[in-house]
Amino acid sequence: MKKVIIGNHAVSWGARLARAEVISAYPITPQTQVVEELSEMCADGRLDARFLKVESEHSAMAACIGASATGARAFTATSSHGLALMHEMLHWAAGGRHPIVMANINRALGPGWNIWTDQTDSLSQRDTGWVQLYCETNQEVLDTTIMAFRLAETVDLPVMIVLDAFYLSHTAEPVDIPDQDAVDAFLPRRQARFKLDVSDPHAFGALVRPDSYMEMRLQLQEAMERTRDVFDRVEVEWQQRFGRRYGAVEAYRADDAELLLVTSGTITSTARFVVDRRRERNEAVGLVKVKMFRPFPVERLRALLGGARQVAVLDRNLSPGRGGIFSEETRAALYDLPEETRPAIHGYVVGLGGRDVTPTVLDEIIDRTRASAVPEREDVWVGVNP
Amino acid sequence: MSQVMIADRVPTHELMTSGHLACPGCAAPLAMRLVLKALGPQTIVVMPASCWSIIAGPWPQSSLKVPLYHTAFETGAATASGVRAALDMQGDRDTTVMVWAGDGGTFDIGLQALSGAAERNEDILYCCYDNEAYMNTGVQRSSATPRGAWTSTTPASHPEASAKKDIVAVLAAHHIPYIATATVAYPVDLLEKVKKAKAIRGTRFLHILSPCPPGWKFPDEATIELARMAVACRVFPLLEIEDGVRWRFTMDDDTTEPLQPYLRCQGRFAHLTDEQIAQFQSDVTARWKWIERQVAASE
Ligand SMILES: Cc1ncc(C[n+]2csc(CCOP(=O)(O)OP(=O)(O)O)c2C)c(N)n1
Ligand code: SF4
Ligand SMILES: [Mg+2]
Repeated sequence: MKKVIIGNHAVSWGARLARAEVISAYPITPQTQVVEELSEMCADGRLDARFLKVESEHSAMAACIGASATGARAFTATSSHGLALMHEMLHWAAGGRHPIVMANINRALGPGWNIWTDQTDSLSQRDTGWVQLYCETNQEVLDTTIMAFRLAETVDLPVMIVLDAFYLSHTAEPVDIPDQDAVDAFLPRRQARFKLDVSDPHAFGALVRPDSYMEMRLQLQEAMERTRDVFDRVEVEWQQRFGRRYGAVEAYRADDAELLLVTSGTITSTARFVVDRRRERNEAVGLVKVKMFRPFPVERLRALLGGARQVAVLDRNLSPGRGGIFSEETRAALYDLPEETRPAIHGYVVGLGGRDVTPTVLDEIIDRTRASAVPEREDVWVGVNP
Repeated sequence: MSQVMIADRVPTHELMTSGHLACPGCAAPLAMRLVLKALGPQTIVVMPASCWSIIAGPWPQSSLKVPLYHTAFETGAATASGVRAALDMQGDRDTTVMVWAGDGGTFDIGLQALSGAAERNEDILYCCYDNEAYMNTGVQRSSATPRGAWTSTTPASHPEASAKKDIVAVLAAHHIPYIATATVAYPVDLLEKVKKAKAIRGTRFLHILSPCPPGWKFPDEATIELARMAVACRVFPLLEIEDGVRWRFTMDDDTTEPLQPYLRCQGRFAHLTDEQIAQFQSDVTARWKWIERQVAASE
């Protein structure tokens, strides 16, 4: 069934088709339609779930953790300040190995108040132990939401689906909505390996001394390492059943490209358009879209970017005092490549707080990159008034 | 009540083990032991950071024979709401979900989550064992610390300036079905209240005064006597409140003992002048009278 729906409703549909059992959420622009739609689905019986309308995002995540620890499939959605408020519990969810799925609508953080898209909210949660999957279209949002549960429950890690404020959250696109039976076959009910169970009592999350804490963190790290392969397998199965696949990293017209753009989120769609135009003019420009940010797809990026002469990484985010976060990660991933294949990495900070990243901006980035044999600086700000 | 009669009325089965890590003379493990006797094995415990995070034992041990989820300091009521929701989805309406939190996790940092859960009338039993300070981190004041008390952040030269927060009144304003106060000095009273709470659906709140020898600075063996005195001198009235509006005293008799001996046997009050003790007494009397008016209005 095809429906024209906004990105936020694609999230709701995904959670519904995944048969989330406990949903706990708190409203924040631009996430509100996700939870409004889900509460209607619960109210009219289309979704059999308990919906906890808690008093904060911190409690929303705590409730998801309690539900997940008791064996339920738990879901929430948030954005920006809500995600920041959850921070402590994001660590708790990952450290507790709870396969919670959450959608985060990328929004800038205040002050000043800004409700528009910016990836700094989710990227600030980089080190919490959550898998992070960025989306480009509403179809990808819906598909990723359902796949996220399968992935989370396979590796016992929480998964964050990330989508741009307004460009996806509030923009309607045609989305193919899979049949419930087909989704059920892909994603059976959760079978928790460990849970709070009065017939088999255990304590979870107790004090752990220095003699065992590191081993537990190593297990978390190993689960993250496994996630790359598991995600590929989950996607292959999704493709077999539903005919669509995205890839942790996607190469677009990247063959023999001398300059590769690296993008994430909706900037990717604009970049595809610009790359097509450049290719028409026989310019060797291509694109690599990063969907998976954690675990970072290091090998995949080395394989795709290694050999290009130049790489231009676009960051709609900022780590003040350092720069764009994707470019920093990309530089670190490629540092070990032999010098002959290691591209020069040009970082560009663009589109903060929802500023439009137009084809003109991307053209400027391409031209500036090609004009400079070595990067001008680590991060060049484009589309910013002096 | 004689010792024999009390022993007869306390169930013999144990859901707490020896070897826990509380200080000698701590009331908190005794309170847990009694509460679990009344609740039985079909109980899941949610425990925010507190002394009890230590008392419960480090991984992979547990001093409880029921499932236990350790959670972040301010999230007891929210985490328990999630546990309850999952059990509901599994069709399990019988398992009791109990939060076991200190006064800091209840009166202060966890109050927002508790208020949210109480307002939603989540089907959980929330027990606050109240040792009147942040003991786990070394006796810093909380909003449960009584006026005049020494703590490590309210030195004797500048002791606690504000009166103890009336958490019971705060919860009563949420109109939850059941609230009770109890101490380890009255084990049968405590057991009866827990049994009553267990049978009720919705948010139930149990406030247990929990003397702490190192934090209050008194000898280990005086715990039960101090808990008894706190009730007898009206510092900690034993109460039940139904639906936030029907208040009831639950003491066997209402003779009052003087406040002085209760304060004088605790090092945390050693610096109090007669004037400060008079202020303490007037706090206690004012609250008692206020409760009497609630009780009278309920009759
Ligand atoms: C967010 C956060 N802040 C601070 C702490 C440190 N902390 C752990 S337990 C505790 C005090 C607990 O006090 P209370 O709830 O009264 O329990 P008690 O230790 O007195 O039994 C504090 C401050 C923490 N764990 N989490
Ligand atoms: S510090 Fe006080 S409350 Fe904590 S374990 Fe020791 S006696 Fe008990
Ligand atoms: Mg305390």
